[in-house]
Amino acid sequence: MKILVFVECADGNVKKNSLEAVAFAHTMGGPVTALALGSAAQVELEALGKYGATKVLHAADARLNQGIIQAYASVIAKAFQDEGSDVLVLADSSLGTPVAARVAARVDASLASNVVELPNMSAGFVVKRSIYTGKAFARVELTKPKKVIGIKKNAAEVKEVGSNCPVTPYPVTLADADFATAITSSEKATGEVLLPEANIVVSGGRGMKGPEHWGMLEELAKTLHAATGCSKPVSDMGWRPHHEHVGQTGVKVAPQLYIAVGISGAIQHLAGVNSSKCIVVINKDPEAPFFKAADYGIVGDAFDILPKLNDAIKAAR
Amino acid sequence: MKILVCISHVPDTTSKINFTDNNTRFDANGVQFIIGPYDDYALARAVELKETSGATVTVLNVGPADTEPTLRKALAIGADDAVRINAEPTDSFFVARQIAEHAKAVGYDLILMGRESIDYNGGAVHGIVGELLGIPSVSPVMKLDIEGNKAKLAREIEGGKEYLEVNLPFVAGCQEPIAEWKIPNMRGIMSARTKPLKVVEPVSVDSGIKLKQFELPPPKGAVKMIPADNVQELVSLLKNEAKVL
Ligand SMILES: Cc1cc2nc3c(=O)[nH]c(=O)nc-3n(C[C@H](O)[C@H](O)[C@H](O)COP(=O)(O)OP(=O)(O)OC[C@H]3O[C@@H](n4cnc5c(N)ncnc54)[C@H](O)[C@@H]3O)c2cc1C
Ligand SMILES: Nc1ncnc2c1ncn2[C@@H]1O[C@H](COP(=O)(O)O)[C@@H](O)[C@H]1O
Repeated sequence: MKILVFVECADGNVKKNSLEAVAFAHTMGGPVTALALGSAAQVELEALGKYGATKVLHAADARLNQGIIQAYASVIAKAFQDEGSDVLVLADSSLGTPVAARVAARVDASLASNVVELPNMSAGFVVKRSIYTGKAFARVELTKPKKVIGIKKNAAEVKEVGSNCPVTPYPVTLADADFATAITSSEKATGEVLLPEANIVVSGGRGMKGPEHWGMLEELAKTLHAATGCSKPVSDMGWRPHHEHVGQTGVKVAPQLYIAVGISGAIQHLAGVNSSKCIVVINKDPEAPFFKAADYGIVGDAFDILPKLNDAIKAAR
Repeated sequence: MKILVCISHVPDTTSKINFTDNNTRFDANGVQFIIGPYDDYALARAVELKETSGATVTVLNVGPADTEPTLRKALAIGADDAVRINAEPTDSFFVARQIAEHAKAVGYDLILMGRESIDYNGGAVHGIVGELLGIPSVSPVMKLDIEGNKAKLAREIEGGKEYLEVNLPFVAGCQEPIAEWKIPNMRGIMSARTKPLKVVEPVSVDSGIKLKQFELPPPKGAVKMIPADNVQELVSLLKNEAKVL
C-alpha cells in the first residue's frame, strides 16, 4: 500500500500535527511519500525521514507559500496520481480538512476526516472517526480503492524510526483557476503555542471577570509552554480573540493537559475538550458541572490559586 | 443574486448521544433537533444579504421527511423557499453529490454552508461541492461581503485570520462572527407555513463509506478533589500519576 502524506508548513517549518500524520502513515505500513508545498526549511523536510517518510517531495513554487485550498488540492491530487498512491493521509486543520475534501472528490477516493486511530485492515479498511463533536465514535469502512484520511491530533505517536531522507523537488504546473481565491492579507499571532497543536492548554471563562486578569493565565501558560484558550462568552465579549474560543462552536482541542479556570463546564464547552488526556478544573463553585468531566479539581478562587499554582509548577520543574 | 444555504438537521448541542440496534442507529428518542449551529450562521448572513441587496435565498436539506420542521424554521428565519432531497444523509460525499446535482440544475451565485455539521463533523461537504461544480470553496469563513461580482472574505486559520477575494460563484463554509443567529418572529413563522417546500428524489451515489458501528467513549473516572491550600499536591499528581507534566 503506497501512502502519500501532505505535510503542512507554517513559516517554513513543518507543523507538529503533520509529523503525527507521517508517523501515522509509517505505522500503517508501506512506503511513505511526504509532500510539502511552498517554502519550507530543507533540514525540516529531510528530518521527515526520521519519522517514517521514505521519500520527500517538495513543491517549492512561491505561489504555494499561501495556503490556497484549490491550488493545494490540485498539487496534492496530481502527486497522488503521479506516485500511484493508494492512501492520502493528512492532519485535520483549517487548511488540511477542506483540502482533503477536494482531493478526495478529484481522485474519486473514500473520504474520512476526524480519524482517531490507525485503520483496521484485517477485514477491509475500517477507520474510527470522532462524531457528534467528540461525544461518540463511528467505525466506518472505506470501500473505494483510493482513500483519503484526515487524522485528529494524538492519532499517532511521533517517534524516531529512521534517518534523514533526501528531498526531491516536485515541479508543478498551476492553472489560473487554482488561484481563483486570492489571499490579500493575513493576521497571525507569532511566537505563541498554537491552540490546536498545544500539548497543554490553559483556558479561562467568565469567572476570570475581565480581560485585565488574563495576565495570570498567560503567566501559567508561559511556565507550562501552553496555549491559552477561553469559553465562548469570553470571546463573544471580546476579552480574547475568537480563535481562542474552545468548544462545540469553536476550536476542538486534544491536549495532554487541559486546565479550565472559571469555566462552568457547559456541555457545549465540554464538546471541544473531551478528547483531552487529563482535565484540571479550578472553580469556586463546588457544584460547577465541569468537575464531573474532570480528572482533578480544586474548589477555590482563581485569583488566589493561579499564582500559587504557577509558583508550585516552577518549583517542581 | 441567487443564494443557496445548505442546512443540516442535528441534535441540539445539549443532547446526550445514544445508539440503538446494537449500536448501528442513532437513538432519536427524546432528542430535540435544530439547524446546525454553523449552518445557522450561514443562513443568518444569507438573510442579511437578502435584506441589503435583494438576493433570493433557497434552503436545502438532504434528509428524510422528519427534517421538514427544521426547513420550516429556516423559512421562518427568512429563506424564500426550501428544497428537501429525500434521503438519509449517510456521509459527506453522499450529501455533497445531492447538493451539487441540485445546484447544477438551478445555478446559484453563492452557496453557503456551515464549516461543519455537528453530528458527522466532516468539514467536507463544502469542499466536495466546490470540486464537483468546479468552483472555489473557502472555509471556515468568518466574514463575507459582496461587492458586485466579487466577494471579500475573512477565513479563520490557526492562531489568526486571512483576508481573501474571490469572484462569484463559490461555496463558503461559515462560522461566527459572520452574522448573529436570527430568531424567527411571529410574522416569519406565519409566512413560513405557505412558502414553497419542494421534495426532490436523490440521485444514486456510491460514496465509498460503509458504517460498521457506533461507539460511546468509556465513562470518565471520578474526579479527584484537591484542597485549595495544597496546589503542590496537584502538581505532584499531574507529574507522577497523570504523567502530563
Ligand atoms: C449552540 C451553542 C453553542 C455553544 N458553543 C459553545 C462553545 O463552543 N464553547 C463554549 O465555551 N460555550 C459555548 N456555548 C455557551 C455555553 O452554553 C456556556 O454559556 C458557556 O460555555 C459558559 O461560559 P463560562 O463557563 O465561561 O461562563 P459561566 O457559565 O458564567 O461560568 C463561569 C464560572 O466561573 C466560576 N467562577 C466565578 N468566579 C470565579 C472565581 N473567582 N474563581 C473561580 N471560578 C469562578 C463560576 O462558578 C462559574 O462556574 C454555546 C451555547 C450554545 C447555545
Ligand atoms: N444533510 C445535509 N443537508 C444539507 N446540508 C448539509 C447536510 N449535511 C451537511 N450539510 C452542510 O455541509 C456543511 C458541512 O458538513 P460536514 O461536511 O458534514 O461537516 C454543514 O455545515 C451543512 O451546511
